[in-house]
Amino acid sequence: MIEGYKRYNDPRDTSGCGLVGFINRDGKRVDGSHIIKSLCLMKDRGNGLGAGFAAYGIYPDMADFYAIHIMMDKPEIKPDVEKVLFRFFNVHREEEIPTRATPFIKNPPIFWRYFVEPKNECILTGEDEDGLVVRAVMSVNDNVSGAYVISSGKNMGAFKGVGEPADIADFFIIEDYKAYIWMGHTRFPTNTPGWWGGAHPFTILDWAIVHNGEITSYGTNRAFLEMYGYKCTLLTDTEVVAYALDYLIRQQKMPLRAAFYALASPFWKDIDMGLPDDREFSEALRAIRIQYGPLLLNGPFAILFGWRNGLVGFNDRIKLRPLFAGEKDETLYMASEEATIREICAKPDRLWMPRAGEPVIGMLKEGT
Amino acid sequence: MKVIQLEENAVDIDAASTHYRDLNEEINRVVNEGVKHIIIRNVMGQRFIGAGLQGNDIRIDIHGVAGNDLAVFMDGPTIEVFDNSQDGGGNTMNAGNVYIHGHAGDVCGYGMRGGRFFVLGDVGYRVGIHMKAYMGKTPVLIIGGTAGHFLGEYMAGGIIVLLGMDKRPGQPIAGDYLGTGMHGGTIFVRGEVDDRRIGKEVGIEKLNDNDFLILKRELSEFSKVFHLSYDEIMSEPFVKLFPKTHRPYGPLYNSRWSWQRGG
Repeated sequence: MIEGYKRYNDPRDTSGCGLVGFINRDGKRVDGSHIIKSLCLMKDRGNGLGAGFAAYGIYPDMADFYAIHIMMDKPEIKPDVEKVLFRFFNVHREEEIPTRATPFIKNPPIFWRYFVEPKNECILTGEDEDGLVVRAVMSVNDNVSGAYVISSGKNMGAFKGVGEPADIADFFIIEDYKAYIWMGHTRFPTNTPGWWGGAHPFTILDWAIVHNGEITSYGTNRAFLEMYGYKCTLLTDTEVVAYALDYLIRQQKMPLRAAFYALASPFWKDIDMGLPDDREFSEALRAIRIQYGPLLLNGPFAILFGWRNGLVGFNDRIKLRPLFAGEKDETLYMASEEATIREICAKPDRLWMPRAGEPVIGMLKEGT
Repeated sequence: MKVIQLEENAVDIDAASTHYRDLNEEINRVVNEGVKHIIIRNVMGQRFIGAGLQGNDIRIDIHGVAGNDLAVFMDGPTIEVFDNSQDGGGNTMNAGNVYIHGHAGDVCGYGMRGGRFFVLGDVGYRVGIHMKAYMGKTPVLIIGGTAGHFLGEYMAGGIIVLLGMDKRPGQPIAGDYLGTGMHGGTIFVRGEVDDRRIGKEVGIEKLNDNDFLILKRELSEFSKVFHLSYDEIMSEPFVKLFPKTHRPYGPLYNSRWSWQRGG
């Protein structure tokens, strides 16, 4: 892992991360060429030290099984990974994730995917299947040296690594997957190493995060999440956002908007100001801010958050990182730059600059 | 990239699928050859267009989304964007004009010290930060729509005019922290500004005759560029935001010595 960091320690241009995502609310799937085209337009925002994709709806014939994507430093540790996986799961199918040799991706790790179902006898009292999967993921990340779970949701997957967007897309043959939600990221690592595990997206179950910015509250957030069994092993601040949302939405069963108010809570002055207008809402905001204070994300960020039913974009409270949104028929687009959206959506019905701290939410229609 | 010579002094550049570096090198090349009018089509987020470009007689028309840092360090030319512009337009611009027919993103007019930057639509967050007047130059930033937080933060000079035309009912004309840390220059706002949105260092007053002369000069220009009715723009009252002091943070850093001066 640390060796991996040294390997990419050559001089690079300074820039900023770039992110893009879109959802078709009807659940209509499109192939990967669109997300590749839009992400590649932002090539200059990253510096080749990380790019990745998350895609929902890519394994329709395996939709009942958790798709565990694993990254391994070398083939010899595969038995160690399986020792953990077989303890928790019945493996329905396993295969190497198809990759293509490209001249620009050097010394890639090995990527394997397992379609699994949890063993009933392994589910603890008070735990559900999702809970067991989270426990299994943490067990692999924490106990198997050189192996990391890249994604673990149903009918979705994450693909990421060190390289330019076009090269990572080429390596994982992204254009062949078809998805109704696509997320993409090009990275400019700032205060954490550029390595394969540190590329975005970060995922747990089918929650996936791509992020531009810095989570300066990482330490506080991490300390809180570790009390609930989450283990931060990927050396990158963004990781806590995925676990925080899993904790808030799945475990605490918070409504979506409330979860985002926990992460990017309005300032006290704004909560106070809202009091006379809508007392109940202000009181709710106050309670969320107090109860989940350790999960408040500090620092500049623009984040896209995807899961099987939707895609959400949100900013820090004073919009210190760019986020742009557009809409065409049933597709909602969000990206760091307007051109990124217009590159794949020539005539959007609507284009706008989302407000700081206000999540933009795109939900899959009921029944799709 | 396709470049077509239109007439003696004009070229048409098709920028589709062109990297910003190639596009900007081409712009510099044709300008060095004496071209005065450059029409760029199919612009898709290419950065730094017009960066550091000199020459008051040069005109660039942009069709498509102008990328980040449009007209950065520009010194003289006029750029007209017939679409939207991304973040950081007019960054540290020295002279010239930028006219944007759509909206413009965050951090436009940062550290601008001369020239005009006109936006017909809305702008994003932190626009006009640390604008300054320099050696007899006065930068002018006019926003036809609304602005996000931190408009004119740490403003040291120049003029910002915020018009808030076509805003939705209930939509604030400016975000929070308007003019926070302002220690020079003037912000004119058409309509009302909520007190709580204004930085502590900012005062509000009515416009004087000289202010109206400035507004008349600049808004006539603005209405001419975007084919708007000047009378309609002036049909609503304006307020003027000014810095209460030229050194709002002096005591923060200077208190160690102030006792010696009896202050």
